[in-house]
Amino acid sequence: MIPEYGHFALILAGCLSLVLGVVPLLGATFNRPLWMAAARPLALGHLVLVAVSFACLAAAFAGDDFSVAYVAANSNRLLPWYYKLSAVWGAHEGSLLLWVLVLSGWTAAVAVAGRKLPVQLIARVVAVMGLIALGFHLFLLLTSNPFARLLPIPPADGADLNPLLQDFGLIVHPPLLYMGYVGLSVPFAFAIAVLLAGRMDAAWARWMRPWTNVAWAFLTLGIALGSWWAYYELGWGGWWFWDPVENASFLPWLLGTALVHSLAVTEKRGLLRGWTLLLAIFAFSLSLLGTFLVRSGVLTSVHAFATDPTRGVFVLGFLGVVVGGSLLLYALRAPTLPATAGFGWRSREAWLLANNALLVVITCVILLGTLYPLLADVLAWGKISVGPPYFNSFFVPLTLALAALLGVGALLQWKDTAPRRLRGPLVLGLAVALASGGLLPLLWGEWHWGAALALAGASWIGALTLVDLWRKSTAGGRPWRGVRLLRAGYWGMVAAHLGVALAIAGAGVTETYSVERDLRMTPGESQALGGFEFHFAGVDELSGPNYRSHRGEIQVTREGRAVVTLAPERRRYLGGQAMTEAGIDAGLTRDLYVVLGESLGAGAWAVRLHVKPGVRWIWLGGVLIALGGVVAICDRRYRVRIRTQAQVAPSAAVAEA
Amino acid sequence: MHPVRRRRLVLVLFVLVVSSAGVGLAVYALRQNLNLFYTPSQVVRGEAPADTRIRVGGMVVRGSLERAADSLAVRFRLTDGDQELWVRHEGMLPDLFAEGEAAVAAGRLRAGPLLEADQVLAKHDENYTPPEVAEAMQAGHEARAAREAGEAGTP
Repeated sequence: MIPEYGHFALILAGCLSLVLGVVPLLGATFNRPLWMAAARPLALGHLVLVAVSFACLAAAFAGDDFSVAYVAANSNRLLPWYYKLSAVWGAHEGSLLLWVLVLSGWTAAVAVAGRKLPVQLIARVVAVMGLIALGFHLFLLLTSNPFARLLPIPPADGADLNPLLQDFGLIVHPPLLYMGYVGLSVPFAFAIAVLLAGRMDAAWARWMRPWTNVAWAFLTLGIALGSWWAYYELGWGGWWFWDPVENASFLPWLLGTALVHSLAVTEKRGLLRGWTLLLAIFAFSLSLLGTFLVRSGVLTSVHAFATDPTRGVFVLGFLGVVVGGSLLLYALRAPTLPATAGFGWRSREAWLLANNALLVVITCVILLGTLYPLLADVLAWGKISVGPPYFNSFFVPLTLALAALLGVGALLQWKDTAPRRLRGPLVLGLAVALASGGLLPLLWGEWHWGAALALAGASWIGALTLVDLWRKSTAGGRPWRGVRLLRAGYWGMVAAHLGVALAIAGAGVTETYSVERDLRMTPGESQALGGFEFHFAGVDELSGPNYRSHRGEIQVTREGRAVVTLAPERRRYLGGQAMTEAGIDAGLTRDLYVVLGESLGAGAWAVRLHVKPGVRWIWLGGVLIALGGVVAICDRRYRVRIRTQAQVAPSAAVAEA
Repeated sequence: MHPVRRRRLVLVLFVLVVSSAGVGLAVYALRQNLNLFYTPSQVVRGEAPADTRIRVGGMVVRGSLERAADSLAVRFRLTDGDQELWVRHEGMLPDLFAEGEAAVAAGRLRAGPLLEADQVLAKHDENYTPPEVAEAMQAGHEARAAREAGEAGTP
């Protein structure tokens, strides 16, 4: 019965999302306080129903209920309990349910936290999110019901979860990514609400910022985690493949990054309002596009599940309605936004605008490369794939340009900056960048221009950020006096920008100085690589809960001293699928990465050895960026409203007494 | 013309020129980095270009996999159900690579014809066949059926 309860709760939630999407919106239009006030209880009720539905699916997994088709296809009695739980979102139907759960959570959070905001605005925001939820409910219920039964004869055991997904990374990666993807619906809903209301002031930018930051931080973490997962799980030793599905998550991130920065301009200076709203619309539209790409099965990728054309058509139609509708609304309402004031080229807003333009260009280039194969397929130009060189040849120089702008932009003040304030830091930054570009690559051996450019760019950002931090800290005359005056927003920016520097340095170093070799090795054989000596000791057999495995032993030494013993595995799961588990020694300066391939007969094995310097910096940088996004929302100014209201409330109570 | 309008016109023209230059550049780069997909039949018929990197997909012919004794070099044949193509590769094969299963090889054509593959991809899931390969197999089987029907028809 539990799956039926889940299905019923899901249908109820779908109905409720219709009410949620319509009633507060009409209330805001016709100024009915009661209808607008319904937004909060409706959002909470919706969350509860979706959570019940999700819990029912999780219970079906936990209880090995293989009469549910989705459970039968993605679980197995022998699967450990934590993978049974994560299998809930291991495939199409369940991950959509997770999507809706996350969306209902964001909606409820906005409804609850938005009590301080104008009731009309928040009613519209929550209603727009309700309408998005309605679209996904229809998608779930009509094309991808996770509770469909296999009756009358359920299978005795499930088909097992794809071994690639039986991993810690998969337990965390989709929820984090979805928090980010779906979180972008909040600024989107704000943008639609603002356009519907035709609000003239830019107060909405201040309310939108914390939500955007949190969603963007989650997306950052999700992408970093996905990259890390691909690195250790796929066994190729790469950290980014320009795979269409990776791009699908990267595109909304790029526009989200642009949005975070243009919101700063809109909040502080009231400029770029139309641009900010447009970015909010497009960032979420790209999230939806990503969902379409991943869920419709049009792509060949690790993430693509079985093809089902009706699903693709549905998401494409939904995407068309959302993008078309919001752009139409924008076209009708944007001209009523007040015209922007001018600003000089030495102002922070000018450089943030340039940064935005670059980010949009990067987005367009990646979008083109991602969609071109689909376009070619539809137009019958042949089956095409776009290789990584295309993406790299644009992304790398544009990112370096972005790094150059970033360093300067963060130094500047709003409106205009006196040239004498700039000369010192810029000269210092340039000197540091030149020195580190010229000298630092020598730490890894031969000087290489690729690594030099990356390190120069990274140290340019780092030096200018730190110089600015130093200057602001010592602003009171005595060293460190000004530190207490610095706001959380500033610390967040510093952390995020240092994260960007770290990620750029890591990407440059690891792409330039990584070495790898595919070998045929017999036990007892040794191989030198990247200053290390890899000794292949042999292979033994063992069995896990739902797989059997060959485990190699590789002793790594450096100049005769033992460094580590790695144990790469080659597993064969009960479903018959073979998979490698790389043996990795993670280090701050370098990773050692060893993969055991197939047995070649006569005791020999295929082995792949990697030495990858700096690869950890990429993900550490990602974590720093996300941390910056979260720190920034702790800023006082987002709480001012709450505090002033809290101060007003007791005095009012006293007056009444 | 009104100065404000003129400034706007200049701005619009500037944006137009810069963005079309950008799009042109992107499309050019795209063209340089396209990897076209061919079926083994197309390659055997000589329809695939020899001077650029291509992808060929199909099923690995059972019993065709040969390994070198002293290195990781392998040879195998790919089929679409009609024609077969030799593929040579040096390096580790992916986890799910197996005879009788779908695979996609990317590389350059050599005389023979033979594909010198720098990359071999296998499917990533037991139940999943890359759509290109599925289509190629379909077309291959149909071509073979048509040819055999034609041969049977002509005495």
